Amino acid sequence: MSLLDFEKPIAELESKLEDMKHLASDSDKEVQAAVKALEKKIHELKKETFENLTGWQRVQLSRHPDRPYTLDYIYEITSDFIELHGDRNVSDDKAMVGGFGSIDGKTFMLIGQQKGRNTKQRQLRNFGMANPEGYRKALRLMKLAEKFNKPIVTFIDTPGAFPGLEAEERGQGEAIARNLKEMFMLKVPVICIVIGEGASGGALGIAIGDRVLMLENTWYSVISPESCSSILWRSWDYKEQAAEVLKLTGKDMLEQKLIDGIIKEPLGGAHTDMKWMSTEIKKVIMSLTGELEKLSPEDRIQQRIDKFCRMGVVQE
Amino acid sequence: MSWFKRSDKGILTPTEAKREVPDGLWFKSPAGKIVHTRELKNNAYVVPEEEFHVRIGSAEYFEVLFDNNQFTELDENMESADPLKFKDTKPYPKRIKETQAKTELKDAVRTAYGKMNGLDITIACMDFSFIGGSMGSVVGEKIARAMDHSLKNKIPFLMISRSGGARMMEAGLSLMQMAKTSAKIALLDQAKIPYISLLTDPTTGGVTASYAMLGDFNIAEPNALIGFAGPRVIRETIGKDLPKGFQSAEFVLEHGFLDFIVDRRNLKSRLTTLLQMLKN
Repeated sequence: MSLLDFEKPIAELESKLEDMKHLASDSDKEVQAAVKALEKKIHELKKETFENLTGWQRVQLSRHPDRPYTLDYIYEITSDFIELHGDRNVSDDKAMVGGFGSIDGKTFMLIGQQKGRNTKQRQLRNFGMANPEGYRKALRLMKLAEKFNKPIVTFIDTPGAFPGLEAEERGQGEAIARNLKEMFMLKVPVICIVIGEGASGGALGIAIGDRVLMLENTWYSVISPESCSSILWRSWDYKEQAAEVLKLTGKDMLEQKLIDGIIKEPLGGAHTDMKWMSTEIKKVIMSLTGELEKLSPEDRIQQRIDKFCRMGVVQE
Repeated sequence: MSWFKRSDKGILTPTEAKREVPDGLWFKSPAGKIVHTRELKNNAYVVPEEEFHVRIGSAEYFEVLFDNNQFTELDENMESADPLKFKDTKPYPKRIKETQAKTELKDAVRTAYGKMNGLDITIACMDFSFIGGSMGSVVGEKIARAMDHSLKNKIPFLMISRSGGARMMEAGLSLMQMAKTSAKIALLDQAKIPYISLLTDPTTGGVTASYAMLGDFNIAEPNALIGFAGPRVIRETIGKDLPKGFQSAEFVLEHGFLDFIVDRRNLKSRLTTLLQMLKN
């Protein structure tokens, strides 16, 4: 288990609790009471810590090495999943995954950016940074879903679209732009969930949905706090400050009316109870799909467009 | 020891304060050629012989494209708000006010409709001098409404991009302008209204990844820098120097993302011919 700074006080208490439990015999009433008290204290500290996380702390949690990734959720919530590969033009982008999956007997198209867990996997998945092929593969799968009238769920978890030489040659900008335009016109319901990092155009490229949700400890903005710091302050040292001013947490994004809701995480973050988290996500997907399927495709598209067109604040 | 000593270190003029448009009598091109500003203006702001396209703004493009420089501007007075209370080295509203005073612009795009060689057209043109032509709520909203104008009146839309990308000071709000403008382009598609995107130097970031690359016709000015990630970021990513001409308009054309490159002096006539063909 790797620990973040703000998790350390909790971990210290937890190890103290372990020691106490070890030492105490079952009959020692006094020690048992102390154990109970300490357990309560830990719970309270945890609650307080995780309810009042700063923007930067949530960014750290969104990148927690144990955090569940797209395929983790997909395998957890589906009974069957058939992964589909390739953009039919250049290659198969391993940073973007997708396929048909069955949730409670209903078929969905599930798509998302995929990160790797160890060095080898991280390289294979290119740290969750898709190339143009990734976005084109995602669009191909979305069109496939549309053909067979299956709802689409996208999982967003990327530090950004890949800024490489070949990515530019093959039109990274065009690939993302096309997805934005095409996703507005999809006739099937589209649900988008930010499960980790939602960095800029790379995230938005699969995030045009009827409902866009964020897990509690994720971030979504136009730029990462680090890059924002380096551009605006000309130094990497202002990332905490940048994370605050960017208003990038779920709560901030909901207040700005840029997302439709937040999915609560277990105390301590999604990685502490993956099963619980997956169940929550599944519940949300099922209930929103039910809601969205009551609308005609035309109404859904109209509402999707209207929602995004209302975003922004100007004065006249 | 040298006799002459520079008392101040480096050049102190901030990038934003540097004038893009010649305001004196003479203009010096980067290659060193001196041109009279009247000659430059008569040459669509292209330095004669050198073919260097001066970085001009909306006022100059409107003058180049609209017949007799006659046009009706849309949403002239729309300005940025400060919903996020954003503050980096200075508060966002202060940055806006200062830039407005310096550039005499309200924000980084101006939208207008009028006639181009007798054809009706709506034009949205970005101004790079306004915070690097960055796209925030105002840019997105003005473009969206100008597209509405085209939709309502069934007239072609020309987008002239010159931008570093999304405006960081509006964070998530500016990101969503990419979505908003793309939604309107989808509607233009549906209504079968021509959408031409002209990419000028430079067009990068969120602007490239939304409306700039979504034209029925993507065209560019010679030698314009066009890309998603900026050259510096890519250099850092791959850890080596970029090939010559990388991300130039010619490079982007070669890779299949542009329909053609147009010299600014022929822009108006080429656009007219193209739109006329679609009509006939």
